[in-house]
Amino acid sequence: METNQYLEMFLDESKEHLQSCNEHLLELENNPQDLAIVNEVFRSAHTLKGMSATMGYEDIADLTHKMENVLDAIRNSKIEVSTEILDVVFKAVDYLEEMVLDIEAGGTGKKDVSELVSTLNRIEAGEPVSTAASVAETAAAVEELEKNNAPAPSMEYDEFELTVIGQSSEQGFQAYEVTVELREDCLLKAARVFMVFEILEKSGEVIKSIPNVEQLENEDFDEKFTVVLLTKEDVSVISAKVMKVSEVEHVQVMPISVDALKEVKRAKEQEATKVVVPDQETIQKPAKEEAAKQQQSKRSPAASHSNKTIRVNIDRLDVLMNLFEELVIDRGRLQSIASELHNPDLNETVERMTRVSGDLQNIILNMRMIPVETVFNRFPKMVRQLARDLDKKIQLEIIGAETELDRTVIDEIGDPLVHLIRNALDHGIESPAERIAKGKPEEGTVTLRAYHSGNHVFIELEDDGAGVNRERVLGKALERGIITEESAATLTDKQVAELILASGFSTAEKITDVSGRGVGLDVVKSTIESLGGYISIDSKEGQGSLFQVQLPLTLSIISVMLVELDKDIYAIPLSSIIETAIIQTSDIMNAHNQKVIDFRGNIVPLVNLKDIFEMEDEDGRSDGFQSVVIVRKGEKLAGLVVDSFIGQQEIVLKSLGNYLQSVFAISGATILGNGQVALIVDCNALIK
Amino acid sequence: MTELVGQDTVKFIVFQLLDKEYAMEVDVVEGIEKLMSITRVPKTPSYVKGVINLRGVVTPIVDLRERFGLETKEMDDNNRIIIVSLQDFEVGLIVDAANDVIDIPLRSIEPQPEVVGSVESEFISGVVKLDKRLLVMLNLDKVLQPLKRVSSDEY
Repeated sequence: METNQYLEMFLDESKEHLQSCNEHLLELENNPQDLAIVNEVFRSAHTLKGMSATMGYEDIADLTHKMENVLDAIRNSKIEVSTEILDVVFKAVDYLEEMVLDIEAGGTGKKDVSELVSTLNRIEAGEPVSTAASVAETAAAVEELEKNNAPAPSMEYDEFELTVIGQSSEQGFQAYEVTVELREDCLLKAARVFMVFEILEKSGEVIKSIPNVEQLENEDFDEKFTVVLLTKEDVSVISAKVMKVSEVEHVQVMPISVDALKEVKRAKEQEATKVVVPDQETIQKPAKEEAAKQQQSKRSPAASHSNKTIRVNIDRLDVLMNLFEELVIDRGRLQSIASELHNPDLNETVERMTRVSGDLQNIILNMRMIPVETVFNRFPKMVRQLARDLDKKIQLEIIGAETELDRTVIDEIGDPLVHLIRNALDHGIESPAERIAKGKPEEGTVTLRAYHSGNHVFIELEDDGAGVNRERVLGKALERGIITEESAATLTDKQVAELILASGFSTAEKITDVSGRGVGLDVVKSTIESLGGYISIDSKEGQGSLFQVQLPLTLSIISVMLVELDKDIYAIPLSSIIETAIIQTSDIMNAHNQKVIDFRGNIVPLVNLKDIFEMEDEDGRSDGFQSVVIVRKGEKLAGLVVDSFIGQQEIVLKSLGNYLQSVFAISGATILGNGQVALIVDCNALIK
Repeated sequence: MTELVGQDTVKFIVFQLLDKEYAMEVDVVEGIEKLMSITRVPKTPSYVKGVINLRGVVTPIVDLRERFGLETKEMDDNNRIIIVSLQDFEVGLIVDAANDVIDIPLRSIEPQPEVVGSVESEFISGVVKLDKRLLVMLNLDKVLQPLKRVSSDEY
């Protein structure tokens, strides 16, 4: 079978399933008794097994199969969940991730899994759960589902659904079979079904439906359908509500109990195991279908809305973005032409177009936004592993994972955050014994927080660990020659804390595997600054530290202030600008060969951009005034002296290409309305 | 490519700097443009004239005369920008004139003689004698090595 065309889908879905495995395994570790979670993991593993076998990746199929056996043993209460077992399962998921990544990179997805497989076998071997038995069970499940598909609406439940019903009845929810009959002359059956589902979902949770949701949407049923509803509401209330939907002929609500269902199930199963077990090859395909169907029935509440989103390849969005950037450049050109021509009709049209394209820009930028979750979701596992390696007890809290950021920023932000978290775990949080001695809870807490504010996204990492030790940091900084003896005394605590971001600084007395060799934090700082962001630290010794990262929402279209320097036009990002000012030449003071001005009570150093860029400076400012753009980097300010201000504009960021790598104080270029190239000033490089 | 190897001749673009003729393979040439407005890029070597807007792509421009350390002159109507595309980037080269495209038999390419005028020899991959013309083949990878900032500004 030609499988190439499915490869992309396979990779996408495999990653999704592996991620959900990871999440649920972590959850399981916290609630080892919760069988519903085991079921989730089992389902993901099962789907993965089916998919990989279909695609011909035997090693993945093998490993997932063994993992599945262990999970199966757990959910049938044959073995207890323990950290050791979870470690092995986590490792298996790691292996699977590696294999999937290998396939993505064009490899064969082969990997020696024999050791892990034998470990899994050993875990499983504590109990007489043989491969054959699990195959038989799968067969039973398949059999059962086939029956489900039969048009006769007799409800049957699998293990998972029984568990759900059982658990919810403990929480006071009652399960009902709601059978709805539509009028024979009903025209829009799918619409009525949708309305019924909406009503039912408001009063409780729909866990199953017959026929399944897809068939319902396709109107692939007669007049009757049945759903299983978990709710706290009364029978009469439910039926009354459903009857309010027009064209509903009849509603029957029947309470169901778990015990009775289990009886039925057991009888069925005995019958099913008698079925001749087909061999491995033939079972995998139906197994996949079964898994897919199981998922469908579980997702039924959401499925009715699923047709509102589509999956788009990210490359297509990039192409769209590029085309739009071209449009933005032409828009700028039109604006400048219109302003020269003074034709009212043209002006009006250009204005309209500007407004529309502005809206379009917002929509396109929004489409490229991804929740930071995609970066955050790998952290819980990492923290768990690190905490074990370091022998510390650490709880990771994630807040605001749904905060959205542009994809270009998301791609870059992962590694810096890994560095920060490793740093917090290694240097921040103390060992349990130390913490108890200090009167803190034994378990350290690390909070990762993301939120929007204005045109920026903030990501904060807070720990309740040791904080920055002023004496030690100062000592180290003096030793490394980062600061001088004199300046050491005058630094504020915040400034001292920020020293740990300086290059060549590492406070860990011994080098550990975890936070590397002290190259970490300054790399973090420069990466974040290259993204147009800032990082700051707030630390209280003994109480913990707060790292705050501020990032721009998007990197591709930015607002700038255009300025003129010796007939060339330069762009200064608005995000760095505090304000612009025109100062009198006589107000410029000298301090140690550095020109400074008094700006609203602050002494701000002046930077003459023409000097920096080595331009000829013919003394053309006889009028005694100078134009200054006040920019900032973190807390520091500087005044950039320019010839004149031109105005504010939205521009498209373009790179200078690979030939001109890292030109000093230039972060990129853009194309102006008149077709000229303007360079973008990198304010971060100008402020030390 | 296999076809090319089988063939005896390869097409080359011939251009002029001072009174000498140079040649580069047609394959690497993306196009030949007339001079257009160039935006200076500060703090780059003098032979980097700046960047141009080449149909929406910001493209760096190198003055070959300065790159080779030849005397400079005012630009005129004959000047051309040859856009070349190497592995990782595109660069425009300013030349005095772009003359023609000719077929050069591969056999006639000889290694460079010890002295070929003032152009640094590492930039040259060979010479071709064609009737009475002497063409100098450029080693573009050497001529256009990416510029990395190596200075005290690095932090």
